[in-house]
Amino acid sequence: MNKQRSPLFHIVRRGALPWYATWGIRGGAVLLALLVCGVVTMLVTGEDPFKIYLAIFNGSFGTPRKIWVLLQNISMLLCISLAVTPAFRMRCWNLGGEGQALAGGLASAACMILLANKLPNWAVILCMIVTSLLAGAIWGGIPAFFKAKWNTNETLFTLMMNYVATQLVAYYCVVWESPKGSGQIGVINPNTQIGWFPTIGSYKYLLNVIIVAFVCVGMYLYLRYSKHGYEIAVVGESERTARYVGIKVDRVIIRTMLLSGALCGLTGLLLVGSTNHTLTPNIVEGRGFTAVMVSWLAKFNPIWMVLTSFLLVFLSRGAGEIATNFGLNQSYGDILTGIILFFIIGSEFFINYRIQFRREAGKEG
Amino acid sequence: MFDLISFIPRAVVQGIPLLFGSTGETLTEKSGNLNLGIPGIMYVGAISGVIGAFFYEQSGAASPFLTVAIPLCSSLLGSLLMGLIYCFLTVTLRANQNVSGLALTTFGVGIGNFFGGSLIKLSGADVPSIALSATSARFHQSLPIASGLGWFGKLFLSYGFLAYTAVIIALVAAYILRHTRVGLHLRAVGESPNTADAAGIDVGRYKYAATCIGSMVAGLGGLYYVMDYASGVWSNNAFGDRGWLAIALVIFTIWRPNVGVLASFLFGGLYILHMYIPSGMNLAVKELYKMLPYVVTIIVLVISSMRNKRENQPPASLGLAYFREER
Repeated sequence: MNKQRSPLFHIVRRGALPWYATWGIRGGAVLLALLVCGVVTMLVTGEDPFKIYLAIFNGSFGTPRKIWVLLQNISMLLCISLAVTPAFRMRCWNLGGEGQALAGGLASAACMILLANKLPNWAVILCMIVTSLLAGAIWGGIPAFFKAKWNTNETLFTLMMNYVATQLVAYYCVVWESPKGSGQIGVINPNTQIGWFPTIGSYKYLLNVIIVAFVCVGMYLYLRYSKHGYEIAVVGESERTARYVGIKVDRVIIRTMLLSGALCGLTGLLLVGSTNHTLTPNIVEGRGFTAVMVSWLAKFNPIWMVLTSFLLVFLSRGAGEIATNFGLNQSYGDILTGIILFFIIGSEFFINYRIQFRREAGKEG
Repeated sequence: MFDLISFIPRAVVQGIPLLFGSTGETLTEKSGNLNLGIPGIMYVGAISGVIGAFFYEQSGAASPFLTVAIPLCSSLLGSLLMGLIYCFLTVTLRANQNVSGLALTTFGVGIGNFFGGSLIKLSGADVPSIALSATSARFHQSLPIASGLGWFGKLFLSYGFLAYTAVIIALVAAYILRHTRVGLHLRAVGESPNTADAAGIDVGRYKYAATCIGSMVAGLGGLYYVMDYASGVWSNNAFGDRGWLAIALVIFTIWRPNVGVLASFLFGGLYILHMYIPSGMNLAVKELYKMLPYVVTIIVLVISSMRNKRENQPPASLGLAYFREER
């Protein structure tokens, strides 16, 4: 007889679950999270839970304008998430989306301010596109270069680059301030509208949505069917394997981070050129960090990212609506978003692992 | 022209929150957990202390011991809970550390600003901040002999007790990490959990303990900021990006809390340098000076990776979850 005590349960790695099961688990986690959020909100405000959920829904779908804002927020978040994804697939944690987008935004604002009245409108816009993509790429390329050459920790490096970019933008906000002494840039070229992206019909945000949709499909094809995408996947799985099959790992790292940075720059371009027509140090609104979660939750799959970015934007807008309706401050939204993220993050465990109890193990043995 | 006697104490009080944060984060990272939730944890540490102090002051009692003990305990408790959330997700459920940490930061900053905002409403003040002057006075209390000792007193003795606590904690942490068995085990867990596990070290327990203690230490940084530096005034978002700066400091000190003591004062100095540089009318340059701590950190990060000395590297398993059955 085996007298050794075995623990009550132990944890076993699961094989691949079918997609409906994994999304079932995630969906369950979201529902559970919403339940908890409802209960928490009920305790804080004393409102009845049905009203709370209605408020969450209304936050996104209440009026046509809110739907457009929802779409705009989704497309910006999605764009930056798509941008960081190729790096993540390579297990290169690019936490610098924020800074790279700011660099892009700074470049396009610079073009709008400095080139106005010197070049025709179409040339200004062309310059904006080129410089902002380039600025983002440089901002992402610097950490990548050191990562490839000396294996410098890219998580910490890109993180620090965010704040360098923030301060750089803050610097130029004072340099280009208008009116003088305000410390803010204000709307750029409000009368001539030079460098403003054209609006399609009367829909201010439609252009952004269309561009990001193209980027999304393009990224899916790039990662799935191109040689580059394959190389990224191999480097991500095992650098040694990649080296063995003759992939130049450092080149792949730099190339991928350049792409990643350039797409973040595109987000900055869209934010400055097409949406806000101004530049502030917090114009990206922390999306560079939220993007990490969006991308990770979708398991780095561009198509699923549409869903996860919708989810996060929907929830944060809903939480904002709760805050306004029930007289709480806007930070309440952050708390709810945090709770929901904890649940979704925790649910991944049940997708990857299985808990085996002692009795069950005994039977199998 | 450059007034060192007034500059250094201000750099020190700027540096103390960073020192708490970076000591906590160093302990955490030594166990292989890259806790990006530190900014959130420091917010929670601060607001928990504020909540404790607020209700104690409202109750009207004023025992000198409890005035300090209640905010201190509630702050420790708040940051401990945050640490437990992080550990549960990353150690027990083996979730991705970057994502969990960022979510924790969102959550913690939200908690800080929400409860801060609610308390402001409760207190019914006209200005958007709470002032806890009675509690702050206790925290701010320096040795009575300090003012009589001229520049010496100002440089070394003019701080509240938490500042000295920060230095002591950092030195003790450095000693434990380098010279004790517990420290050796902890470093083993961070470098190679497989090996540590094989040697009979309980990896999960070490990760939990290091991360939770680390969060509590970091939370004290938030408490120090509100109670001592800001003289008991809580206003939303005032804490700013100091949490990220604390993480930068960990890299800057190449994972050594004893180096952190001086380095944090240096960072504090860099943080406020822009107020001391005579820039005339050019306000923009000040923004560039605020970039300095981050640029310096990047340079250290790059140089330490270039020199590639083994004792200067991040813990080898930093950022990776440990699962025994995965080899």
